[in-house]
Amino acid sequence: MLRTIRTLLVTLVLAATIAHAQNLSITFRGVAGGVNAQLVEWITSYVIPTFEANNPGVNVELIEFGGSDEQLKQQYALDLAVGGGADIMGFDGFWIPEFVEGGLLQPLNVVGGPSVDAWEGWSQIPDGLESLMAFGGERYGIANGTDFRMIHLRYDVMEEAGIENPEAWQPTSWEEVLDAARILKQANPNSYPLQINAGTSMGEATTMQGYYMLLLGTGHFLLDEDGKWIVRSQGILDALDLYETIYVEEELGDPRIQLVQDGRNRSFANFRDGATAMLVEGDWFYRGPTSPGQEFEVANRDEVMGWTKMPAQAPGAGLRGQDFVTISGGTGFALNPNSDNGELAWELLAFMNSKEALDEAQKTQPRIRIRDDVPVPDAPFLTNTAAALGQYTTARPNQSVYAQVSYEAQLMTERVVSGEMTPEQAMNEYAQAVIELVGEENTVDLLN
Amino acid sequence: MQRRPILSLPTGALFMLPAGIFIVAFILLPFFWIAAVSFTNRTLTGRTAVNPEFVGLDNYLRLFDASRFLNSGEFGASLLITGQFVFFSAIIGQAFLGLALAWFFFNRKGWIQNTVTTIAIIAWIMPDVVVAFAWFAFLNGDGGTLNQILGFFGLPTPDWLLDLPLVSVIIFNIWRGTAFSMLLFSSALGAIPPSYLETANVVGASTWQRLRDIILPMIRSHIVTALILITLWTFNTFTPFLLTGGGPSYQTEVVSIYTYRTAFQFFRFGSGAAVGMVMMIINLGFALVYLSLLRTQRRSA
Amino acid sequence: MTRATRTPPSQAQRAARFVLGRITFYVGSSLFAAFFVLPLLWLTVAPFSTLANLDLRLPDPWSLQNFERVFENGFAIRALVQNSMIQGFGAMLLVTLTATLAAYALSRANIPGTTAITYGLVLFSSVVTGTAAMVPIFLMIVQLGLIDTHLGVILVFTGGLLPAAVFIMRDFVDSIPRSYEESAMVAGASSWRVFRDIALPIVRPGMMVVGVWAFVQVWGGFLIPFILLRDADKMPASVAIYSFYTEAGTPLITLTAAYSLLYTLPVLLLYLFVNWRYGFRFFGGIKS
Repeated sequence: MLRTIRTLLVTLVLAATIAHAQNLSITFRGVAGGVNAQLVEWITSYVIPTFEANNPGVNVELIEFGGSDEQLKQQYALDLAVGGGADIMGFDGFWIPEFVEGGLLQPLNVVGGPSVDAWEGWSQIPDGLESLMAFGGERYGIANGTDFRMIHLRYDVMEEAGIENPEAWQPTSWEEVLDAARILKQANPNSYPLQINAGTSMGEATTMQGYYMLLLGTGHFLLDEDGKWIVRSQGILDALDLYETIYVEEELGDPRIQLVQDGRNRSFANFRDGATAMLVEGDWFYRGPTSPGQEFEVANRDEVMGWTKMPAQAPGAGLRGQDFVTISGGTGFALNPNSDNGELAWELLAFMNSKEALDEAQKTQPRIRIRDDVPVPDAPFLTNTAAALGQYTTARPNQSVYAQVSYEAQLMTERVVSGEMTPEQAMNEYAQAVIELVGEENTVDLLN
Repeated sequence: MQRRPILSLPTGALFMLPAGIFIVAFILLPFFWIAAVSFTNRTLTGRTAVNPEFVGLDNYLRLFDASRFLNSGEFGASLLITGQFVFFSAIIGQAFLGLALAWFFFNRKGWIQNTVTTIAIIAWIMPDVVVAFAWFAFLNGDGGTLNQILGFFGLPTPDWLLDLPLVSVIIFNIWRGTAFSMLLFSSALGAIPPSYLETANVVGASTWQRLRDIILPMIRSHIVTALILITLWTFNTFTPFLLTGGGPSYQTEVVSIYTYRTAFQFFRFGSGAAVGMVMMIINLGFALVYLSLLRTQRRSA
Repeated sequence: MTRATRTPPSQAQRAARFVLGRITFYVGSSLFAAFFVLPLLWLTVAPFSTLANLDLRLPDPWSLQNFERVFENGFAIRALVQNSMIQGFGAMLLVTLTATLAAYALSRANIPGTTAITYGLVLFSSVVTGTAAMVPIFLMIVQLGLIDTHLGVILVFTGGLLPAAVFIMRDFVDSIPRSYEESAMVAGASSWRVFRDIALPIVRPGMMVVGVWAFVQVWGGFLIPFILLRDADKMPASVAIYSFYTEAGTPLITLTAAYSLLYTLPVLLLYLFVNWRYGFRFFGGIKS
């Protein structure tokens, strides 16, 4: 009886939220004039009107979301658990495994029907990018694009400190990066020339832009070839030692901003003000925060700002024997398995990723798109990054426990840069925490 | 000495019914849910969202795991921080300053009294996110209001939220919550029969003597209530999160923030619920200690 | 001074004590006022400055541009003048009425163990209104079919605020003399009439205090509407203020300051009104 009432009520709620047969809704972290405004603009002024014109009787609604990523994830989990939620949902690729294992997502071809596998777009999307929104061999969504990480440079500050021809500067080892930072520090003892993210407050930005960029340079990653989590290794120690050199021993970077809530913004502000001349960030740092009119706009940007590849610890010491390292992630859209109009929702998603629609998107936000047949507009920064970094890139482990391991890695770096622990102690704590998360049989200790 | 009740028991029950329904639905049911979930490994996403398992006391044992209890970001460290936070901001700060304000303006009327109490109350009723924002600017490193003033007097100007985070959130919480104990103590003082104080004046007792010998004993039970409520509220306040996010490096991670992080960062509701249960037991302990203090003092008086 | 002075003070001593007392009063008042006012100074001027700056300095020039831009954000304005009002006043009414009824019963009927009950509930509520309870509350509201409705938000707030409201309210009721009610009972009035016609008018100032307190809690509450609402047209100001935050999660200083001021105004006005009309104070002081 109770069960019937419950089912009835849930159905009523869903009827009220998802409504009639031909309504579709899209949600993601974006607000007109705020977060991800360019994406909002493209959807409201192009995607929705065009799709509605092509499909008479269909009504598409955008539900804006202004909160944080964590808050959005929390809403999704709650909504999906009770059978609600928008038809098309913006997802960060690395959330997908835990949602799938929680029974909250279904593969695209289950929700959208047979036309999913027959879509013309798949042939235009490189496998690596397709996998950003896939898990266990199934596709759950389509990414908007991908990104790369590198060292952003302030040429003007470097020149002032006596580093000649910074435009051509390409460090080939950590030591060369440190040397440049030391020169900059000497020229201006109050500055913090180098920023490599650490600590838990920056969240995934620490793991992606900080820890991995060092760890990959030692030739190791989170998992070994057999898929076991590496809990202790010389690579981890070397990466942590470098953190210690930068933040504790020589103060080449400001340890305090790694620890505060708005630390990432403070690091951007330092870069804008020239107090930091070398900042490891994603290519979106160029597309977004430093571009004209933004809060961290760098004056005269195209003359004073540039980037260089992140070197491995020593030439050839990086992952797969590489000289340089980078890592990629991506966000995109997934289909809601509770959708009343799964096939229609897929049609909309496919339309959003058609060549025609992405060409249009390039007008509001030029970036590297997921389809090979969508050319990158005239933006040398973007074309160069893809060409130079594409060959070095790698992706995060695609497992539901990943987010928690990532947090433990952030905590490990925090314990070192705050001076609370030595690299060795921090690594041992990390080892213990990861063993607890995944079970000892799924871990490996390379120092034993 | 029980007087004849104005309401019969059934009528009383009827009057309590509306509130009772709300309390059962939105307090007691969720409470039992939390109690039950604290013995499972339930999460919101991942495998254990579908099939949570009974894990006995694991969630609790993990909280008290001695090998890391006091590491930064762990439960023990958070309890220590909370202890300092509650002791200084609630017991010393809010209760003391509230009493001082109430006493200071006791039996005084006029615009000065009105203005000061109104400002204190404004600090208490403003929305959380707004006060956090205002304080963020107030404590800002270089040109923030506080450092401008300190600089004017030639005093050191630290970057408050970085260098003295716990001190900052303690002062913030005193500022935020003093109005409540001030209101409470004002009315308590107002309830003291004026003749008591007049007698004291006639015998020429000093201010301190009047406070110690007459007023404090008279309002003892109010003090206990105030202490219970503000201790409870301070234990559970989440507002420091808006100011510091618990950082830098967990230095301001009071238990409410710790709970939030446990429950929501990875949606580990089992562990989060266990923290909530432990917190409730600690709060209960405080309330009992206060109440028994009151009782023994009454007996000895 | 360790011992009381037994001799009465002389005229001169009295005069000196008076002057000293005045000086202490003014200095003390200024210090108290400074402590409470200084942290808010910045917020009173920053909304009128076009420069995004956390430093305390007078705007140059004074400008209303931030407010103009805030008013262009229809979502945030609707949240403030419509949704927060509905939810705030809705919960305020429900909390005040049900708490008054319950407090009256606790005070006037011989219900055993009332003190323990009220304390126990306040304790429970402090655990349950926290983040840990959001999942069961969400599931319950879904089952009631009240997800994404103002009513759902109002009900959940009411439940969470009731224990403390009853606690405060009970004291107000306890402090009013029973004699009027007793004589009305003798005259044969029903319990309900005694409550409505005699007790209610006397406890009204107490209801106002509890009402303002409840309104303030709802006005600032973020988590409950955030979890229970989806439609942007129903979100209250506590959620909408985040639309003035950047992608990195930090506020656009100028606009957030302007919106913060607008957002604070209603609670301020409500308090001033109640204080002027009824006096904002507790009665006998809550005691155990």
